[in-house]
Amino acid sequence: MTNETIKLRLTEKFPDVLTGWEEPYGMLTFTAPKDFNLKVLQFLYDDTELRFRFLTDLQAVHYPDRTGEELAVVYHLHNLFDNVRIRFKVFADITKPDVFSATALYQSANWMERETYDFYGVNFLGHPNLIRILNVDEMDYFPMRKEFPLEEQTRVDKDDEMFGR
Amino acid sequence: MATNFEKVVSLARKNSIWPLPFATSCCGIEFMATMGSHYDLARFGSERVSFSPRQCDLLMVMGTIAKKMGPIVKQVYLQMAEPRWVLAMGACACSGGIFDSYPVLQGIDQIIPVDVYVPGCPPRPEAVLDGFMKIQDLVNAEGLRRRHSDQYKDLLAGYGIQ
Repeated sequence: MTNETIKLRLTEKFPDVLTGWEEPYGMLTFTAPKDFNLKVLQFLYDDTELRFRFLTDLQAVHYPDRTGEELAVVYHLHNLFDNVRIRFKVFADITKPDVFSATALYQSANWMERETYDFYGVNFLGHPNLIRILNVDEMDYFPMRKEFPLEEQTRVDKDDEMFGR
Repeated sequence: MATNFEKVVSLARKNSIWPLPFATSCCGIEFMATMGSHYDLARFGSERVSFSPRQCDLLMVMGTIAKKMGPIVKQVYLQMAEPRWVLAMGACACSGGIFDSYPVLQGIDQIIPVDVYVPGCPPRPEAVLDGFMKIQDLVNAEGLRRRHSDQYKDLLAGYGIQ
């Protein structure tokens, strides 16, 4: 199974919907509209030829400059029968970061969606238990968003002059 | 040296400190070397390293304390009986060290009072022994009733303890 056949199957099923086709390092990558993420995942899972039944990874990326679609949610899928991997993205508005949860389809999405919520604040609609998983429960921000500095802000002993800033 | 009761008690306490190693990372490995025969912390009356807080005198926090670990350190400290001392070993326990980022507690003195700080990343066993001897000096100099003083109570109240 080649990237061309996967792309052909997807464009047959979803004409004029999928965009941004790329193949960085040979890995097929594309973008879907936010509301299509479950439809695309379901098709990739169910199709007898594609059979992408393993969600290897799911995470988000914050692009502060892309107004209206600041948060990208990235899905990495693996076809274990043919050992083929693909990746697809959906973009969400940071003021309303609602994305449908993939937990009904992939069990592995449960942990990873919680993690993505924890760090980026993506609100996965339909997730059974969308609470923080790695950070402390009291944390009131999403630390991987770019507007938050990397350095711990509670630290008082760091004098900027001493650090050449 | 042992002319009155207070001095006898101090002498006894100082030479039989039971440490509780709270080791979370590489400083813990350095502490293992300190406990080993080459450096031998037992020479200072601390043969018995205890892992039950109620029997311990000295909490040795060694390594990075993540914010999620903070309440656990505090609970261990609360479970120790008075008089109790705390030694922060290594840059991470003292100040957060190189981990100046959102998940790491920037020094355990944000949650519990610390008596002696041992800097280093990690400190050598000699430095740990030096810090331990500083603790012994504190224990020796400490009167029987210092922990009943208003100053000490205010300190603990500052950490929300008692």
